[in-house]
Amino acid sequence: MTPVETAAGLSLSKEEILRYSRHLIMPEVGMDGQLKLKAAKVLLIGTGGLGAPLGMYLAAAGIGKIGIVDFDVVDYTNLQRQVIHGTSDVGRKKLDSAADTMKEINPYVEIAKYEVALTSENAMEILKDYDIVVDGTDNFPTRYLVNDACILLGKINVYGSIFRFEGQATVFGHPGGPCYRCLYPEPPPPGLVPSCAEGGVLGILPGVIGLIQATETVKLILGAGEPLVGRLMLYDALNMKFRELKLRKNPDCPICGDHRTIHKLIDYHQFCGVPQHEPEPEPGVTANEIDVTALKARMDQGKVALVDVREPHEYQICRIPGSILIPLGDVPKRMNELNTADEIIVHCKSGIRSAKACDLLRQSGFKRVLNVKGGILAWSDKIDPSVPKY
Amino acid sequence: MAKVLIPTPLRQYVDKKDTVEAAGATVGEVLGALTTQYPDLRKNLYTDEGKLRSFVNVYVNDEDIRYMSKDATAVAAGDTVTIVPSIAGGL
Repeated sequence: MTPVETAAGLSLSKEEILRYSRHLIMPEVGMDGQLKLKAAKVLLIGTGGLGAPLGMYLAAAGIGKIGIVDFDVVDYTNLQRQVIHGTSDVGRKKLDSAADTMKEINPYVEIAKYEVALTSENAMEILKDYDIVVDGTDNFPTRYLVNDACILLGKINVYGSIFRFEGQATVFGHPGGPCYRCLYPEPPPPGLVPSCAEGGVLGILPGVIGLIQATETVKLILGAGEPLVGRLMLYDALNMKFRELKLRKNPDCPICGDHRTIHKLIDYHQFCGVPQHEPEPEPGVTANEIDVTALKARMDQGKVALVDVREPHEYQICRIPGSILIPLGDVPKRMNELNTADEIIVHCKSGIRSAKACDLLRQSGFKRVLNVKGGILAWSDKIDPSVPKY
Repeated sequence: MAKVLIPTPLRQYVDKKDTVEAAGATVGEVLGALTTQYPDLRKNLYTDEGKLRSFVNVYVNDEDIRYMSKDATAVAAGDTVTIVPSIAGGL
């Protein structure tokens, strides 16, 4: 069964026949298959790490219409893996940069750009015109939103996710097959599972996982081979191992089970326990904070007990002179290196981890503990621009 | 002894190992032995009420224990127990 209903009425030009010749000479694709690809409409959610190889290869393969959803702007930290964007694209909208690359690869592809964050309000309208949805987002609320919208609309959801050296891929929403909620009924509590921005990702990894998603997308359109349905593919780059686990449809699943209890899209930020927008940092500093200007003045006056709670590999990238490194996870067992009578000033990259460290220290009897507002990033911005940002 | 495969996000709680051996005749016993040896792992696998967290899947070989006997699923010597947590990264 293929999600593409009909390729009737379509044909390939002489130029397209030449372009797709390596497909056309394979019996598994052939003219029929290439026309199915041309008739297909695929929606990519995100044009980042997973979306980059997906967009490029699906365009090259001759998918007729590719929708791309993104509202982000290309920055330098993207270039280590988001190969659809180049150095000269930094500062441009990802949608424009991605569309230009895809058009350059294959001008016969129609590209629809959606410069929005996918929400419960717009998801059904955007998804409804597509045959297959490919999920390349980076957060739990959007993952559940994409899943639920696909199930409610009867769309196939080609799933992939990545973390550091590991990836997962499968196909959800295939008739009779499981969905994302069958695999993970609930999201983790906020903060327990770090994102790629927090935890890092091997730049090549999204290439591997994104192309597994692209492969499944093309197979589904062609109706060729055995789709990755009911199977969860795990990839471990460090050990170069692929493993496959059985993935079953949960008969009690609230959205694809026998007794559906979710009939329309819900509030996914609330479901995942995360605020829709990160609260804007308050202007000024609280009694428990110090800004980098005041910190610099304090350091110029004399000795300050400055504790850096980042990880050793971050300390190697950059540091504030005179700081001592005690990674957040080591704070409980190493706080005895600090004097409870001293004023302790704590920093990290941006101020989140150091706030946790400050709480730990206060709970353990340290009376005077200050968190450096904005962390070493603020130090780089306002005090010493030679300190690299990462 | 069963071989327990530890996913990347949880390796920080098991001395950065990717595989840990643990004894037990059931999944509950194996994970109990594991979290006794590595107490920091416990709150990431179990709720305060002692239930396996719903974003953590556990497989014996390639079967999800939710569709077998859950914590009571038998584990034989040489079986592989895989912990698969939900990850969302993609950008």
